[in-house]
Amino acid sequence: MRYFDLFDLPVQFDVDLLTLQDRFRSIQKQVHPDKFANGSDQQKLLAVQQASEVNDAYETLKSPLNRAEYMVAEHGHDVKHEQETIKDGAFLMQQMELREELEDLESSNDPEQALDVFYSDIKKLIKLYTDEFNVNFDKQEYKLAAMSVKKLRFIYKLKSEAEALEDKLLDY
Amino acid sequence: MAYSEKVIDHYENPRNVGSFDKNDPSIATGMVGAPACGDVMKLQLKIDDKGIISDAKFKTYGCGSAIASSSLVTEWVKGKSIEEAQALSNTEIAEELALPPVKIHCSILAEDAIKAAIEDYKSKSSN
Ligand code: FES
Repeated sequence: MRYFDLFDLPVQFDVDLLTLQDRFRSIQKQVHPDKFANGSDQQKLLAVQQASEVNDAYETLKSPLNRAEYMVAEHGHDVKHEQETIKDGAFLMQQMELREELEDLESSNDPEQALDVFYSDIKKLIKLYTDEFNVNFDKQEYKLAAMSVKKLRFIYKLKSEAEALEDKLLDY
Repeated sequence: MAYSEKVIDHYENPRNVGSFDKNDPSIATGMVGAPACGDVMKLQLKIDDKGIISDAKFKTYGCGSAIASSSLVTEWVKGKSIEEAQALSNTEIAEELALPPVKIHCSILAEDAIKAAIEDYKSKSSN
């Protein structure tokens, strides 16, 4: 099952989330296992399977990172491949510095203000590499597009660490 | 998940954490990252003019196994030649730390960090 086809959407990164949600809800109704309450065991099983596939498709396309991962995976690039490492020194150095910055941020005078600045930096990086992904994908440079997605994974990880720190700060 | 005692020891008392000046000609820097988990590792070697590693430091933002793996290799490579360090494999690291299969990639990160540092050294000294 191709996820974009399922929701009758063009294969592109920019997705109208409301349309996606609408179509998801209507498909969800059609395949809802309750509809097959009087059906055969076979039918029930199929409905359950379909419902979960539709859910997976929706969750994948809803999240920008998962969507980008899925798009390059369809072209044979598994960006979550366990054993693989990247060695782009400049990019990794920046990631290292941002992690150091986040670490120091907790003890800064005004952590919340510093966190705001940090978030806006992360946002810029997300935009930078998402744009880069889009350009490469459109040019059918899937290997390069996959590299942009890999970099995005580091940035999203950083974002979730910043969010964890924010939760911690708000707990005080 | 249960970590082995050796992992916990290196994790709680990591050896050789820190940085050298990466512009110093005797310092080789290896940076690697694992897209699967988003962890990053920096490993630096101080290499004397005979090609012997006299000191090593690391900084890892990652899981316990990655920290333990990098801490362990900084101890291992000291006193070794570049060739010996290059031959180090992630299997040796994983075995020493008794890493479970899902954590093998964390030791690969450490192996690749050494390789990246040696590459940096070679490109520096060929200039
Ligand atoms: S989980 Fe990422 S290096 Fe271990």
